[in-house]
Amino acid sequence: MATATAAPAATRPPRVRIGGLSPEVVTHVVAAGAGSLALVWIVYERLLPLHGAIGFWLVWYVVFIVMLAAVSATTLDRMGVVDRVVGALVTTAGMILVACLAGIVVFTVLRGKQALGHLNFYTETTAFIGPEAPLDHGGIYAAMVGTLEQVAMSVVMSVPLGIATAVYLSEVRGKLARLVRSVVEAMSAVPTIVAGLFIYSMLVLKFGQERCGLAASMALCVSMIPVVTTTAEVVLRLVPGGLREASLALGTTQWQTVRRVVLPTARAGLVTAVLLGVARVIGETSPVLLVAGSTSELNYDPTHGPQVSLPLFVFNQMRLPLDQAIARAFGAAVVLLVLVVVLFGLARIVGGRSPGAMSKRRQRRMNRSVRGESL
Amino acid sequence: MSTVLVPEKAPPTTGRGVDSRGRRVIKARPTPAERTFVAAARSAALSTLVVMGLIGVFLAVGAWPALQSQGAGFLTESQWLPEAGTFGIASLLWGTLLVGLFALVVAVPCGFGAALFISEYAPRSLKRPLVTLVDLMAAVPSIIYAMWALFFLQAHLLTIAEFLSVHLGPVLPFLRVKVPDSPSSYTSSAFIAGIAVGVVVLPTITSIMREVFSQAPVGEREGAIALGATRWGMIRTVVIPFGRSGIVGGIMLGLGRALGETIVVYALISPMFEFTTHPLESGTNTIAAHIASRYSESGGLALSGLLGAGLVLFAFTLVVNTLAGLVVSRSRSGAATEI
Repeated sequence: MATATAAPAATRPPRVRIGGLSPEVVTHVVAAGAGSLALVWIVYERLLPLHGAIGFWLVWYVVFIVMLAAVSATTLDRMGVVDRVVGALVTTAGMILVACLAGIVVFTVLRGKQALGHLNFYTETTAFIGPEAPLDHGGIYAAMVGTLEQVAMSVVMSVPLGIATAVYLSEVRGKLARLVRSVVEAMSAVPTIVAGLFIYSMLVLKFGQERCGLAASMALCVSMIPVVTTTAEVVLRLVPGGLREASLALGTTQWQTVRRVVLPTARAGLVTAVLLGVARVIGETSPVLLVAGSTSELNYDPTHGPQVSLPLFVFNQMRLPLDQAIARAFGAAVVLLVLVVVLFGLARIVGGRSPGAMSKRRQRRMNRSVRGESL
Repeated sequence: MSTVLVPEKAPPTTGRGVDSRGRRVIKARPTPAERTFVAAARSAALSTLVVMGLIGVFLAVGAWPALQSQGAGFLTESQWLPEAGTFGIASLLWGTLLVGLFALVVAVPCGFGAALFISEYAPRSLKRPLVTLVDLMAAVPSIIYAMWALFFLQAHLLTIAEFLSVHLGPVLPFLRVKVPDSPSSYTSSAFIAGIAVGVVVLPTITSIMREVFSQAPVGEREGAIALGATRWGMIRTVVIPFGRSGIVGGIMLGLGRALGETIVVYALISPMFEFTTHPLESGTNTIAAHIASRYSESGGLALSGLLGAGLVLFAFTLVVNTLAGLVVSRSRSGAATEI
């Protein structure tokens, strides 16, 4: 202490780093990794009658963990060793998660690239060609039309319903609110195949309606309503209570408060709710499989006749034992994946704004209208 | 709740508009627009109740003929022979549970670790991207998982299945298969379908567990660190006890999703109607995959049987998810916090 007061700058103790990687950790991990790799290579590849890449890496991982514990024990006590081993295991789990997603995306894009390069893939249908036709014939136009119409119809049906339910849950707060909230939660857990079966037994069996795009979009509603409702409710709850009270204090009715204050303030979040709902249902296969019928022809009319959609197209093509069909399936899957990622990204961008924050365009428009009024 | 506040005239000392203690009474007189608004919101909320009720009613009514003709046999019969007049979902239920079990064996340790990594270990700059990544993974359509599992994962899992069967089969009889040398006896098994479904439910489990872990109180965390705990020591004594019900709830929600997963299972398995005690052996079936594969060729009693299977699945997932919801919501209120 005496020296520290005499020359504080020179002998200040080194700063303790909490978190981050110290050189010691890096050395230990690298040493354990290299050592276990060498050991496993000799034992697994040379001495034991085993083979296969997956087995090799699994054995390597086990040996690596053991070696990491051994190496760490040179500088740490028992608790420190346990801490480091758990850290390695947890980090591996995180890496597996990232690797799964990256693997799925990269694999789908690589296999789908072949079909995506052809312009006809986006403008033609597979109606009048055989499944073995080369990739410069046929495409996903009918499926894209079907997806667009079915998703649009389920948005039209479920967004007003979902947002009105959210308004009931967070603004009206009636006696039923608790019950409705738990039912909506249960609805989000209904297996999609059951939703399809429900629409099938109701529309097709009971009312004799043929299988069509409208039935498919109704089946999609069952998955979309809970997503929109729960997201919208969270968003509405974020609207500051002071705004509501200020509006009510001016003598407005609750309807005016909701319409003029609450909903405009939460606009960005409500858009997010819709986008997330669309992202959820755009790739649903099992309900559509049951009620949309099976066709490869272009059908603009969602109320009559079977209508194909992107997930259904992928499913039908991937079950054909032909390289071209499977390539088409992967191509359509990439289109689907891109749609989901774009919707998801949009939802993040829009939803990232805090409630009430305005885009530049809206701010300009508002300034203009305020100026216009003051003139 | 309707809010046009109308003072009743000037305050007289007695009479209407004044209560027994002489205070002015303010009554709301809802406008027509107001009444319409409340009615509309209420009917929207009611319509979700109605939809859920209709699902149950239509499935139950549709399933009635099958349940009546089979009686208790519907739950105990394992063959599906509607032409011969006997069918039941026993083997389907068993297959569904088996696939769900394998899914959890993969997804729970991995999801638990990934959730801890995101909330405790990841550098701060990586946390938000990782959370987004998990949400995105949950939004990827299951048909894409199905293709990945069918054309990529299955080939790699075959070698693992073969390894397990050949080297551990002699010790553990349930890992044996009939023809251990041929790779085709390992394809389309409950093991492979279960692991693929495990990848599908991984993001669900991860995101619920992460949310609960990140809510562990800062004071207790700092207390543990200040007492000299290592990071794992802090997690073991603070984060995990606090998030225990979130862990249980996450596992159950994951199970609920795994039981209802259709397309991934349908694309992978080859259907079979026997009780299999050899999950590595080719062939299994689940309720959801069975419905998807049979609905188009079924009519009459067979279709009624499918509706019955759907009803059982509906009830099953409803129970699992309601329990999970209760457990998770209890954890959010902090009731499980005892250290």
